[in-house]
Amino acid sequence: MSAAIRKLVVQVDEIHLEMGRPVEPPTRRAVAMAVIHNPYAGRYAATLEELTSIGEELGQLLGAKCVAALGIRPDQAQSYGKAAIVGEAGELEHAAAILHPKLGATLRREVGSGAALVPSAKKMGGLGTAIDVPLGHKDAAFVRSHFDAIEARVADAPRANEIVIAIAVTDSGRPLPRVGGLQTHEIKGQDGLR
Amino acid sequence: MIELKRVVTNVEEIRHEFGPPPARPLRRGVALAVIRNPYAGRYVPDIAPFMEELKPLGLDLARRLLRALDTGAREVTGYGKAAIVGASGELEHGALWHVPGGYGMREALGWEDGGESRAATAQTGNALAIVPSTKKVGAPGTAIDVPLTHVNASYVRSHLDAIEVRVAGAPAADEVVYILAMSLGPRVHERLGGLRAHEISRWDGQK
Repeated sequence: MSAAIRKLVVQVDEIHLEMGRPVEPPTRRAVAMAVIHNPYAGRYAATLEELTSIGEELGQLLGAKCVAALGIRPDQAQSYGKAAIVGEAGELEHAAAILHPKLGATLRREVGSGAALVPSAKKMGGLGTAIDVPLGHKDAAFVRSHFDAIEARVADAPRANEIVIAIAVTDSGRPLPRVGGLQTHEIKGQDGLR
Repeated sequence: MIELKRVVTNVEEIRHEFGPPPARPLRRGVALAVIRNPYAGRYVPDIAPFMEELKPLGLDLARRLLRALDTGAREVTGYGKAAIVGASGELEHGALWHVPGGYGMREALGWEDGGESRAATAQTGNALAIVPSTKKVGAPGTAIDVPLTHVNASYVRSHLDAIEVRVAGAPAADEVVYILAMSLGPRVHERLGGLRAHEISRWDGQK
């Protein structure tokens, strides 16, 4: 079953100046959000396949929206993350069914690669609930300059029987990274960690 | 001189709101700039010259928004603007946006002469209506509702709308957020009559 989408929101956030210092080039983070009908709202279902296949669909759709909004080639994407907010007639496990089994595979296709875990967050919420989408480097989770987060929020969602799904993609790390750790030029990109 | 700190664009595509989905989803969006407030923390009597400095920013945001909406000027049928001033500023610093925000909209969306359309509809230009606005002083993450009206006639009822804007982390006390909003159509399920867009006849910005 494909997602019954009520609304799509795409946001791009560029940081040009941080603590009075120019950020060159500006850091750019995109977050794409879909508001969908929750097919399991109001009832307990033993299995959640419909949401899993919706996750597969949205990994592609929202991943592509982010890359297009940044105006980059897929391989220029540097970090990613995912999150979901479930309306009150659903349950937290609905977010897990969308985010974890299949979404990552289709998202990775949209950003060219992705040896690293796609960091995630989930919560129950009402209209206008905000969620901080964690960000990590797509090829090496230990790259310290790319540990970040971006807030996602849709003013009129989720209604009780809806779910908001957010995918974030960047072409950069934090604005002025200087806390050391693994650097991007040191990435081996084999095990997802380093 | 403008110290630009952040630029954010946000575009939404509304496919339905429980009613019948329209043939084309409604697209609308905002572009905003977070800048340092040059007057933060003190009363400055003469702030009006800053309006001129803000004009290039108004035009840049309008053009960025057209790109983010992936559209041309003629498809934009609704617009609005807003400002959120950080805690060390005053509301009047938000009012600085009226002239450059409106200027940016008209430069990006307007045309001097109706050309072909003029002969058919008597339209004298585009972006004729006052750009509706809101402003407030607020903390980082404060939300503001940007009012939207039809670009050529403020009384077109189907286009009376609003879009909520909020920037996580801004405005800090010494910042201002200046916002432009555009819509490519009326409310997604508009059905309350009133003046219709195709009935605009005076081309005076109102009806």
